[in-house]
Amino acid sequence: MKRIYFDHAATTPTDKTIANTMLEYMTTKFGNPSSVHSFGREVRKEVSEARENIAALINANANEIFFTSGGSESDNFALKGIAFANKNKGNHIITTQIEHHAILHTCQWLEKQGFEVTYLPVDEDGMISLDELKAAITDKTILISIMFANNEVGTIEPIKEIGAIAKEHGIYFHTDAVQAVANVEIDVQDMNIDLLSLSGHKFYGPKGIGAIYIRRGVKIQAVQLGGAQERNMRAGTENVPAIVGLGMSAVIAKRDFVEKNAHLVALRDKLIKGIQEQIPDIKLNGHPTKRLPGNVNFSFRYIEGESLLLSLDMKGIAASSGSACTSGSLDPSHVLLAMGLIHEIAHGSLRISLGRDNTEEDIAYTLEVLPQIIARLRSMSPLCAENSLGVTAKECKTCYKK
Amino acid sequence: MSTNEYTEKVMDHFSNPRNVGEIADANGVGEVGNAKCGDIMKIYLKVEDNVIKDVKFKTFGCGAAIATSSMVTELVMGKSLDEALEITNQAVAEALGGLPPVKMHCSNLAADAMHEAIKDYMSKQNK
Ligand SMILES: Cc1ncc(COP(=O)(O)O)c(C=O)c1O
Ligand code: FES
Repeated sequence: MKRIYFDHAATTPTDKTIANTMLEYMTTKFGNPSSVHSFGREVRKEVSEARENIAALINANANEIFFTSGGSESDNFALKGIAFANKNKGNHIITTQIEHHAILHTCQWLEKQGFEVTYLPVDEDGMISLDELKAAITDKTILISIMFANNEVGTIEPIKEIGAIAKEHGIYFHTDAVQAVANVEIDVQDMNIDLLSLSGHKFYGPKGIGAIYIRRGVKIQAVQLGGAQERNMRAGTENVPAIVGLGMSAVIAKRDFVEKNAHLVALRDKLIKGIQEQIPDIKLNGHPTKRLPGNVNFSFRYIEGESLLLSLDMKGIAASSGSACTSGSLDPSHVLLAMGLIHEIAHGSLRISLGRDNTEEDIAYTLEVLPQIIARLRSMSPLCAENSLGVTAKECKTCYKK
Repeated sequence: MSTNEYTEKVMDHFSNPRNVGEIADANGVGEVGNAKCGDIMKIYLKVEDNVIKDVKFKTFGCGAAIATSSMVTELVMGKSLDEALEITNQAVAEALGGLPPVKMHCSNLAADAMHEAIKDYMSKQNK
């Protein structure tokens, strides 16, 4: 059976050219960049080239880019590094309720260390309010950390406006751009971004490599201590093959930006329109227009996400869901709940995240099988009024609040 | 994802569930649910002479929830009420060749819903 990969927000396949090049940096050009000899020199050059290519993608300077093991580490570094380096100035951090757990759990940990965190709410499209952001700022605020684009629903936050507010108040602004890099135009100068997290495996680079951009002059403290790598900001022998791969993925992202994203937007809008036309009782999650080019997220009433994913998987389609049953916890996606969805509807969510190799045929096939799957699951659902004999399901005492 | 731990039997009951639907003249209906976790199960029984002549289910839930519902209907079909009341959650899970640990509560629901339906039938008889 043909398999269709629709989970690019989870991870992307590593570009073949990149993977092949990386092999060379494990076998022949395997030197340690800190070494004085020629083996070290030949890779040192490649590492700095990769740094320049990452910088170019977000309009930063190469000396403002530090390699990390990925998005989670960059997020941890930004929050902990800023918090502890600036605790004499204040102990207050502002973030949002819809961040990735790499931010949320780090913030919760910082709260235990005596920092105070404001988690801004979002509206039903997943958008923060600039007024609420302004109102949350106190003279103790040292950092605003707001994601560039949400990984589940694809909503793109008003980053430039947030940057302007942060600048006006002299507060550092960090953005988790793991989902946005390569998919949205990013200019750290124009947008007044002080720190930015990115991750290789979300844009056709290797897994376990990422970077953090730290604007020159930002007061931050290293989190991982040890050797003098990354100018004392992040200890550990450089993961040269992955760094080279990350640099290449930045070059490809820049080169293909317009074409790739036009392709994704066309597929995305076709899929959204097709689903809306063919399937009743649904809700598009996320902002209707300010959304990632490859993100489609719907809630289908009366059905549960995991059974939907299993059904799609049996048809060769790989997607994801915000349902609790897929997360191993009892609660559905914190993002969907923050957007005001009731549990029942949050459980029935489906995220399709498109990538550059998806085709019109993939969309057509999905529009053929998805309505059938939804109809089948709904025919089994006690919540679906249409199919019931007039007995409507009892309201749940525990959580159908709204 | 925990779903790839599903046994073949679970996947079989999920993809070809037995006895889906409703019974128009059911004389016992049981519903249990925990919307917070995302499952609601409804079991319909047609009982004659203390024997389950027909049983159907409707379920909102994950793969395990659907499979356990299907399995419980298969286990009780044609059984006496006493026999059916002896079927435990554990038995349903075992009949499916086991469930991933995080899914054990889904199996709790299937037997419970069936027991609720029998109770409903009995309370109607006592009137
Ligand atoms: C918004 C966001 N932040 C952070 C991460 C974590 O990135 P990584 O997997 O590279 O640690 C992810 C990916 O899951 C993400 O989507
Ligand atoms: S329905 Fe929630 S885990 Fe099964």
